[in-house]
Amino acid sequence: MEQALLVIAGAIMMGLGAVGAAVGIGILGGRFLEGAARQPELIPMLRTQFFIVMGLVDAVPMIAVGLAMYVLFALAG
Amino acid sequence: MASSEQLTSSEYIKHHLQNLTFGQHPDGSWGIAHGAEEAAEMGFWAFHLDTLGWSFFLGLIFIWLFRKAAKKASADTPSGLQNFVEWTVEFIDNSVRGSFTAKNNIVAPLALTIFVWIWLMNFMDLIAVDFLPELATMAGIPYMKVVPTTDPNATFGMALSVFALVIYYSIKMKGLGGFIGELAFQPFPKWLFPVNLVLEGVGLIAKPLSLALRLFGNMYAGEMIFILIAIMYGAGWVLGGFAGFLQLGWAIFHILIITLQAFIFMTLTIVYLDMAHQEHH
Repeated sequence: MEQALLVIAGAIMMGLGAVGAAVGIGILGGRFLEGAARQPELIPMLRTQFFIVMGLVDAVPMIAVGLAMYVLFALAG
Repeated sequence: MASSEQLTSSEYIKHHLQNLTFGQHPDGSWGIAHGAEEAAEMGFWAFHLDTLGWSFFLGLIFIWLFRKAAKKASADTPSGLQNFVEWTVEFIDNSVRGSFTAKNNIVAPLALTIFVWIWLMNFMDLIAVDFLPELATMAGIPYMKVVPTTDPNATFGMALSVFALVIYYSIKMKGLGGFIGELAFQPFPKWLFPVNLVLEGVGLIAKPLSLALRLFGNMYAGEMIFILIAIMYGAGWVLGGFAGFLQLGWAIFHILIITLQAFIFMTLTIVYLDMAHQEHH
Protein backbone atom coordinates (compact mmCIF):
# COMPACT_ATOMS: atom_id res chain seq x y z
CA MET A 1 0.00 0.00 0.00
CA GLU A 2 2.75 2.38 0.99
CA GLN A 3 4.53 1.64 -2.29
CA ALA A 4 1.45 2.59 -4.29
CA LEU A 5 1.18 5.89 -2.42
CA LEU A 6 4.84 6.65 -3.16
CA VAL A 7 4.33 6.01 -6.85
CA ILE A 8 1.22 8.21 -6.93
CA ALA A 9 3.09 10.94 -5.07
CA GLY A 10 5.95 10.73 -7.55
CA ALA A 11 3.56 10.89 -10.47
CA ILE A 12 1.77 13.95 -9.08
CA MET A 13 5.08 15.75 -8.44
CA MET A 14 6.28 15.06 -11.94
CA GLY A 15 2.96 15.94 -13.56
CA LEU A 16 2.59 19.27 -11.77
CA GLY A 17 6.24 20.07 -12.43
CA ALA A 18 5.73 19.39 -16.12
CA VAL A 19 2.60 21.57 -16.25
CA GLY A 20 4.40 24.41 -14.48
CA ALA A 21 7.39 24.27 -16.76
CA ALA A 22 5.27 23.97 -19.91
CA VAL A 23 3.08 26.97 -19.08
CA GLY A 24 6.02 29.08 -17.91
CA ILE A 25 8.24 28.42 -20.88
CA GLY A 26 5.29 28.65 -23.26
CA ILE A 27 4.54 32.20 -22.13
CA LEU A 28 8.25 33.05 -22.11
CA GLY A 29 8.63 31.72 -25.66
CA GLY A 30 5.64 33.71 -26.83
CA ARG A 31 7.02 36.95 -25.36
CA PHE A 32 10.42 36.19 -26.86
CA LEU A 33 8.89 35.83 -30.32
CA GLU A 34 6.92 39.05 -29.85
CA GLY A 35 10.09 40.90 -28.88
CA ALA A 36 12.02 39.36 -31.77
CA ALA A 37 9.26 40.28 -34.21
CA ARG A 38 9.15 43.85 -32.95
CA GLN A 39 12.95 44.33 -33.06
CA PRO A 40 14.68 41.64 -35.14
CA GLU A 41 18.10 43.26 -34.69
CA LEU A 42 17.98 42.51 -30.93
CA ILE A 43 17.48 38.76 -31.45
CA PRO A 44 20.98 37.69 -30.20
CA MET A 45 20.58 39.62 -26.97
CA LEU A 46 16.97 38.47 -26.55
CA ARG A 47 18.01 34.88 -27.13
CA THR A 48 20.58 34.94 -24.29
CA GLN A 49 18.05 36.53 -21.95
CA PHE A 50 15.52 33.91 -23.05
CA PHE A 51 17.88 31.10 -22.06
CA ILE A 52 18.74 32.70 -18.72
CA VAL A 53 15.10 33.22 -17.75
CA MET A 54 14.15 29.81 -19.16
CA GLY A 55 16.72 28.29 -16.80
CA LEU A 56 15.19 30.19 -13.90
CA VAL A 57 11.59 29.33 -14.85
CA ASP A 58 12.69 25.73 -15.27
CA ALA A 59 14.30 25.60 -11.84
CA VAL A 60 11.47 24.67 -9.50
CA PRO A 61 9.72 22.29 -11.91
CA MET A 62 13.02 20.50 -12.52
CA ILE A 63 13.60 20.28 -8.77
CA ALA A 64 10.14 18.69 -8.51
CA VAL A 65 10.91 16.27 -11.37
CA GLY A 66 14.29 15.41 -9.82
CA LEU A 67 12.75 14.72 -6.42
CA ALA A 68 9.86 12.81 -8.05
CA MET A 69 12.38 10.55 -9.78
CA TYR A 70 14.16 10.04 -6.47
CA VAL A 71 10.84 9.10 -4.83
CA LEU A 72 9.88 6.85 -7.72
CA PHE A 73 13.13 4.99 -8.24
CA ALA A 74 15.07 5.16 -5.01
CA LEU A 75 12.19 4.90 -2.53
CA ALA A 76 9.46 3.06 -4.39
CA GLY A 77 12.07 0.96 -6.18
CA MET B 1 28.43 -7.73 -6.03
CA ALA B 2 28.95 -10.21 -8.87
CA SER B 3 27.87 -8.49 -12.07
CA SER B 4 27.28 -11.81 -13.80
CA GLU B 5 23.94 -12.78 -12.15
CA GLN B 6 20.79 -11.37 -13.75
CA LEU B 7 19.90 -7.95 -12.30
CA THR B 8 16.28 -6.90 -12.14
CA SER B 9 15.71 -3.41 -13.55
CA SER B 10 15.07 -1.84 -10.15
CA GLU B 11 18.26 -3.41 -8.75
CA TYR B 12 20.09 -2.05 -11.78
CA ILE B 13 18.69 1.43 -11.14
CA LYS B 14 19.46 1.21 -7.42
CA HIS B 15 23.02 0.13 -8.20
CA HIS B 16 23.59 3.11 -10.46
CA LEU B 17 22.14 5.54 -7.94
CA GLN B 18 24.27 4.33 -5.06
CA ASN B 19 27.36 6.35 -4.17
CA LEU B 20 30.63 4.77 -3.09
CA THR B 21 30.30 5.61 0.61
CA PHE B 22 33.21 5.39 3.02
CA GLY B 23 32.34 5.70 6.70
CA GLN B 24 32.13 4.06 10.10
CA HIS B 25 30.25 0.78 10.22
CA PRO B 26 27.96 0.32 13.25
CA ASP B 27 30.60 -2.00 14.71
CA GLY B 28 33.10 0.87 14.72
CA SER B 29 35.31 -0.24 11.82
CA TRP B 30 35.84 2.21 8.98
CA GLY B 31 35.26 0.87 5.50
CA ILE B 32 33.35 1.05 2.25
CA ALA B 33 29.63 0.31 2.42
CA HIS B 34 28.56 -2.66 0.32
CA GLY B 35 24.90 -1.78 0.23
CA ALA B 36 22.44 1.06 0.49
CA GLU B 37 21.41 -0.03 4.00
CA GLU B 38 25.04 -0.19 5.13
CA ALA B 39 25.66 3.25 3.71
CA ALA B 40 22.58 4.59 5.48
CA GLU B 41 23.76 3.16 8.79
CA MET B 42 26.97 5.15 8.49
CA GLY B 43 25.00 8.25 9.24
CA PHE B 44 26.16 11.78 8.60
CA TRP B 45 29.92 11.36 8.79
CA ALA B 46 30.23 9.25 5.66
CA PHE B 47 32.16 10.34 2.58
CA HIS B 48 31.03 9.81 -1.01
CA LEU B 49 34.40 8.81 -2.39
CA ASP B 50 33.26 8.81 -5.99
CA THR B 51 31.79 12.32 -5.85
CA LEU B 52 34.84 13.67 -4.03
CA GLY B 53 37.26 11.79 -6.27
CA TRP B 54 35.69 12.80 -9.57
CA SER B 55 35.16 16.45 -8.61
CA PHE B 56 38.78 16.78 -7.42
CA PHE B 57 40.01 15.04 -10.57
CA LEU B 58 37.95 17.30 -12.85
CA GLY B 59 39.03 20.37 -10.89
CA LEU B 60 42.66 19.42 -11.44
CA ILE B 61 42.00 18.90 -15.14
CA PHE B 62 40.50 22.40 -15.33
CA ILE B 63 43.45 23.98 -13.53
CA TRP B 64 46.08 22.00 -15.48
CA LEU B 65 44.44 22.74 -18.84
CA PHE B 66 44.06 26.47 -18.28
CA ARG B 67 47.54 26.76 -16.77
CA LYS B 68 49.05 24.94 -19.74
CA ALA B 69 47.29 27.30 -22.14
CA ALA B 70 48.39 30.34 -20.15
CA LYS B 71 52.03 29.30 -19.86
CA LYS B 72 52.44 28.59 -23.55
CA ALA B 73 50.37 31.55 -24.68
CA SER B 74 51.96 33.21 -27.71
CA ALA B 75 50.49 36.20 -29.53
CA ASP B 76 51.70 35.29 -33.02
CA THR B 77 50.98 31.55 -33.12
CA PRO B 78 48.00 30.91 -30.84
CA SER B 79 47.32 27.17 -30.41
CA GLY B 80 43.82 25.67 -30.57
CA LEU B 81 43.73 25.24 -26.81
CA GLN B 82 44.78 28.85 -26.32
CA ASN B 83 41.99 30.10 -28.59
CA PHE B 84 39.46 28.03 -26.69
CA VAL B 85 40.69 29.26 -23.32
CA GLU B 86 40.78 32.86 -24.54
CA TRP B 87 37.24 32.55 -25.88
CA THR B 88 36.00 31.10 -22.56
CA VAL B 89 37.72 33.77 -20.49
CA GLU B 90 36.36 36.55 -22.74
CA PHE B 91 32.86 35.05 -22.64
CA ILE B 92 32.87 34.96 -18.85
CA ASP B 93 34.52 38.38 -18.59
CA ASN B 94 31.71 39.89 -20.66
CA SER B 95 28.98 38.31 -18.56
CA VAL B 96 30.72 39.35 -15.32
CA ARG B 97 31.22 42.88 -16.66
CA GLY B 98 27.60 42.90 -17.73
CA SER B 99 25.98 42.01 -14.43
CA PHE B 100 28.54 42.83 -11.77
CA THR B 101 28.73 46.58 -11.18
CA ALA B 102 30.96 46.78 -8.09
CA LYS B 103 34.78 46.48 -7.95
CA ASN B 104 35.94 43.05 -6.75
CA ASN B 105 38.69 41.07 -8.43
CA ILE B 106 37.74 37.63 -7.14
CA VAL B 107 34.37 37.51 -8.91
CA ALA B 108 35.66 36.89 -12.46
CA PRO B 109 38.04 34.02 -11.52
CA LEU B 110 35.28 32.58 -9.31
CA ALA B 111 32.83 32.77 -12.22
CA LEU B 112 35.34 31.13 -14.56
CA THR B 113 36.02 28.32 -12.08
CA ILE B 114 32.33 27.73 -11.43
CA PHE B 115 31.42 27.68 -15.11
CA VAL B 116 34.20 25.37 -16.32
CA TRP B 117 34.23 23.10 -13.27
CA ILE B 118 30.46 22.55 -13.24
CA TRP B 119 30.50 22.09 -17.01
CA LEU B 120 33.19 19.40 -16.66
CA MET B 121 31.29 17.70 -13.84
CA ASN B 122 28.08 17.76 -15.85
CA PHE B 123 29.94 16.51 -18.91
CA MET B 124 30.56 13.20 -17.11
CA ASP B 125 26.83 12.57 -17.56
CA LEU B 126 27.34 12.12 -21.31
CA ILE B 127 29.70 9.19 -20.82
CA ALA B 128 27.79 5.92 -21.26
CA VAL B 129 26.10 5.00 -18.00
CA ASP B 130 27.66 1.56 -17.67
CA PHE B 131 31.16 2.31 -18.92
CA LEU B 132 32.94 3.58 -15.79
CA PRO B 133 30.87 1.69 -13.17
CA GLU B 134 31.65 -1.53 -15.03
CA LEU B 135 35.37 -0.77 -14.97
CA ALA B 136 35.05 0.01 -11.27
CA THR B 137 33.27 -3.28 -10.59
CA MET B 138 36.16 -5.08 -12.31
CA ALA B 139 38.56 -3.17 -10.09
CA GLY B 140 36.57 -4.40 -7.08
CA ILE B 141 34.88 -1.09 -6.32
CA PRO B 142 31.21 -1.93 -5.64
CA TYR B 143 29.59 1.36 -6.61
CA MET B 144 30.68 4.26 -8.81
CA LYS B 145 28.40 7.21 -9.40
CA VAL B 146 30.39 9.13 -11.96
CA VAL B 147 28.57 12.47 -12.16
CA PRO B 148 29.42 14.55 -9.05
CA THR B 149 26.62 17.05 -9.68
CA THR B 150 23.97 14.34 -9.30
CA ASP B 151 25.01 14.15 -5.66
CA PRO B 152 23.25 16.87 -3.60
CA ASN B 153 26.28 17.03 -1.33
CA ALA B 154 28.37 18.40 -4.19
CA THR B 155 25.80 20.95 -5.37
CA PHE B 156 25.03 22.07 -1.83
CA GLY B 157 28.75 22.31 -1.12
CA MET B 158 29.20 24.78 -3.97
CA ALA B 159 25.97 26.67 -3.24
CA LEU B 160 26.80 27.04 0.47
CA SER B 161 30.31 28.30 -0.27
CA VAL B 162 28.82 30.88 -2.64
CA PHE B 163 26.30 31.75 0.10
CA ALA B 164 29.14 32.22 2.60
CA LEU B 165 30.84 34.57 0.13
CA VAL B 166 27.62 36.53 -0.30
CA ILE B 167 27.22 36.93 3.47
CA TYR B 168 30.91 37.87 3.87
CA TYR B 169 30.79 40.56 1.21
CA SER B 170 27.41 41.86 2.39
CA ILE B 171 28.83 42.41 5.85
CA LYS B 172 32.13 43.73 4.49
CA MET B 173 30.45 46.24 2.18
CA LYS B 174 27.47 47.30 4.30
CA GLY B 175 28.73 46.51 7.78
CA LEU B 176 26.90 44.13 10.11
CA GLY B 177 24.35 46.83 10.99
CA GLY B 178 23.70 47.55 7.32
CA PHE B 179 23.25 43.87 6.51
CA ILE B 180 20.89 43.24 9.46
CA GLY B 181 19.11 46.48 8.59
CA GLU B 182 18.66 45.31 5.04
CA LEU B 183 16.97 42.17 6.36
CA ALA B 184 14.94 43.76 9.13
CA PHE B 185 13.84 47.12 7.72
CA GLN B 186 13.00 46.16 4.13
CA PRO B 187 9.57 46.33 2.58
CA PHE B 188 7.57 47.25 5.64
CA PRO B 189 8.34 50.17 8.05
CA LYS B 190 10.80 49.63 10.90
CA TRP B 191 8.42 48.64 13.68
CA LEU B 192 7.19 45.68 11.60
CA PHE B 193 10.67 44.14 11.64
CA PRO B 194 9.59 40.57 12.64
CA VAL B 195 7.50 40.35 9.47
CA ASN B 196 10.38 41.81 7.47
CA LEU B 197 12.84 39.36 8.98
CA VAL B 198 10.66 36.41 7.99
CA LEU B 199 10.15 37.72 4.46
CA GLU B 200 13.75 38.69 3.80
CA GLY B 201 15.08 35.64 5.66
CA VAL B 202 13.14 33.28 3.41
CA GLY B 203 14.40 35.17 0.38
CA LEU B 204 17.96 34.89 1.64
CA ILE B 205 17.75 31.15 2.39
CA ALA B 206 15.99 30.44 -0.92
CA LYS B 207 19.06 31.60 -2.84
CA PRO B 208 21.53 28.78 -2.01
CA LEU B 209 18.70 26.25 -1.77
CA SER B 210 17.42 26.94 -5.29
CA LEU B 211 20.97 27.29 -6.62
CA ALA B 212 21.90 23.82 -5.35
CA LEU B 213 18.66 21.98 -6.06
CA ARG B 214 18.28 23.42 -9.56
CA LEU B 215 21.62 21.93 -10.64
CA PHE B 216 20.92 18.70 -8.75
CA GLY B 217 17.38 18.32 -10.15
CA ASN B 218 18.42 18.85 -13.75
CA MET B 219 21.44 16.54 -13.60
CA TYR B 220 19.67 13.85 -11.56
CA ALA B 221 16.73 13.76 -13.99
CA GLY B 222 19.12 13.74 -16.95
CA GLU B 223 21.14 10.84 -15.55
CA MET B 224 17.98 8.93 -14.62
CA ILE B 225 16.80 9.11 -18.22
CA PHE B 226 20.18 7.82 -19.39
CA ILE B 227 19.82 4.92 -16.94
CA LEU B 228 16.30 4.14 -18.16
CA ILE B 229 17.53 4.17 -21.76
CA ALA B 230 20.36 1.85 -20.75
CA ILE B 231 17.76 -0.60 -19.40
CA MET B 232 16.07 -0.64 -22.80
CA TYR B 233 19.24 -2.01 -24.35
CA GLY B 234 18.70 -5.25 -22.48
CA ALA B 235 15.20 -5.68 -23.94
CA GLY B 236 15.93 -7.32 -27.28
CA TRP B 237 17.01 -6.01 -30.69
CA VAL B 238 14.06 -3.84 -31.67
CA LEU B 239 13.90 -1.91 -28.39
CA GLY B 240 17.71 -1.87 -28.21
CA GLY B 241 17.99 -0.21 -31.61
CA PHE B 242 15.31 2.28 -30.71
CA ALA B 243 17.15 2.97 -27.42
CA GLY B 244 20.25 3.81 -29.44
CA PHE B 245 18.46 6.66 -31.20
CA LEU B 246 16.92 7.77 -27.92
CA GLN B 247 20.31 7.86 -26.25
CA LEU B 248 21.79 9.85 -29.12
CA GLY B 249 18.91 12.33 -29.14
CA TRP B 250 18.90 12.79 -25.38
CA ALA B 251 22.70 13.14 -25.26
CA ILE B 252 22.63 15.92 -27.87
CA PHE B 253 19.84 17.72 -26.02
CA HIS B 254 21.70 17.14 -22.76
CA ILE B 255 24.71 19.05 -24.10
CA LEU B 256 22.48 22.16 -24.07
CA ILE B 257 21.24 21.38 -20.54
CA ILE B 258 24.78 20.89 -19.24
CA THR B 259 26.02 24.21 -20.60
CA LEU B 260 22.83 26.03 -19.61
CA GLN B 261 22.92 24.81 -16.00
CA ALA B 262 26.61 25.70 -15.63
CA PHE B 263 25.90 29.13 -17.15
CA ILE B 264 22.91 29.76 -14.89
CA PHE B 265 24.79 28.69 -11.75
CA MET B 266 27.56 31.13 -12.71
CA THR B 267 25.24 33.98 -13.69
CA LEU B 268 23.24 33.69 -10.47
CA THR B 269 26.45 33.60 -8.43
CA ILE B 270 27.51 36.86 -10.09
CA VAL B 271 24.08 38.40 -9.57
CA TYR B 272 23.94 37.38 -5.90
CA LEU B 273 27.45 38.74 -5.30
CA ASP B 274 26.47 41.93 -7.09
CA MET B 275 23.43 42.32 -4.86
CA ALA B 276 25.69 41.77 -1.85
CA HIS B 277 27.85 44.71 -2.95
CA GLN B 278 25.00 47.10 -3.64
CA GLU B 279 24.04 49.80 -1.17
CA HIS B 280 20.26 49.75 -0.95
CA HIS B 281 18.96 53.34 -1.42
